[in-house]
Amino acid sequence: MWPPLLEAEILNASFHNLEHRHSHGLDQFCASLEERPGLSILDLAGASQSTVSFVTNYGHRLYSDDFVHQLDACFGDGDFYENQSNARKVEHFLETSLTFEDSSFDGVLVWDTLQFLSAPLLQIVVERLHRILRPSSCLLAFFHSEEKIDTIPTYSYRISDHRNIALVERGRRRPAQFFNNRSLEKLFQDFQSVKFFLTRDHLREVIVRR
Amino acid sequence: MSTLPGRINEPHFDNPRGGSAVLGKSVIVKGQIFSREDLTIDGEVEGTVELQEHRLTVGPNGKVLASIKAREIVVLGTIHGNVETTDKIDIRKDAKLVGDIKTARVVIEDGAYFKGNIDIVRAEVPKPQPAPKPQPVASATAPAPAATGTHNVAAAAGGGDLKR
Repeated sequence: MWPPLLEAEILNASFHNLEHRHSHGLDQFCASLEERPGLSILDLAGASQSTVSFVTNYGHRLYSDDFVHQLDACFGDGDFYENQSNARKVEHFLETSLTFEDSSFDGVLVWDTLQFLSAPLLQIVVERLHRILRPSSCLLAFFHSEEKIDTIPTYSYRISDHRNIALVERGRRRPAQFFNNRSLEKLFQDFQSVKFFLTRDHLREVIVRR
Repeated sequence: MSTLPGRINEPHFDNPRGGSAVLGKSVIVKGQIFSREDLTIDGEVEGTVELQEHRLTVGPNGKVLASIKAREIVVLGTIHGNVETTDKIDIRKDAKLVGDIKTARVVIEDGAYFKGNIDIVRAEVPKPQPAPKPQPVASATAPAPAATGTHNVAAAAGGGDLKR
């Protein structure tokens, strides 16, 4: 069992391990905002100066949360995935996560966080994402596509510009499950459309339109 | 030898040098804080904190459960509450801020934890007055209006040479 990262380890993750990559998904996500100022964007990667500057320079509001940190706080004490079937812990998690009013956001940057949710909890979280997104708005999610490995690298994602992101390493984790195109379409079946970009580094970037 | 009389006569408020008050790490305050000078909180505060024209520093031991209004806030400890500044919020490494931010500028260091809404309020920059186009006839009969002035309509109309 791959132990979840401790809070201190996350906060003190080596910020020297910074990678940069091009992101078609981010490009599409930004295009969906159509340069209309005053939109509300939810970023689940945790606050970073570059993302804050990028979003607010467009005149948008940014709600920042560290979803993985939240997962660890609720389920990190013991077996990470077994805890996700503990009703009391799940209830606490749902009381503190994504508790926004309906149609609160014009875009959600989910990044790779959904990979670390067990199936029942994932379903609830996706339903919440559907609820808090405004109609026709998009979410951007990443899913690792390499199924032959036990653990996948996790990152804190930061927007450099509308088509480039910086990735800060946060160690490796075992994902709850792997997704292919079909399973992702099923996962987001209540949404209007799902668009995939398969990258050379085994990452499936997904743009989902509400 | 006693310094007490001297201290009583000291103008210890409205410090002309803009001094800083400190709530030490063993101090707990529940209620409303209103300060006319910079303030450092290294203890615990629950309530509201207001320093309209001054800087609040929440020290590494500081735990503030309050809504805060200040000119500038530097966070090294923990804040739970909405914060509003007219200038800047600086969230340093290992600091924790849970609440909504309304500010003109925000700095978030690597290793800081923030959960909440960031609303950047941009200061209204007054639109520059277009430079009056010099017209040979008008310039010969009347002095050209200063380009940096805030001309009112009547003056512009009276001058006859200011075009917007």
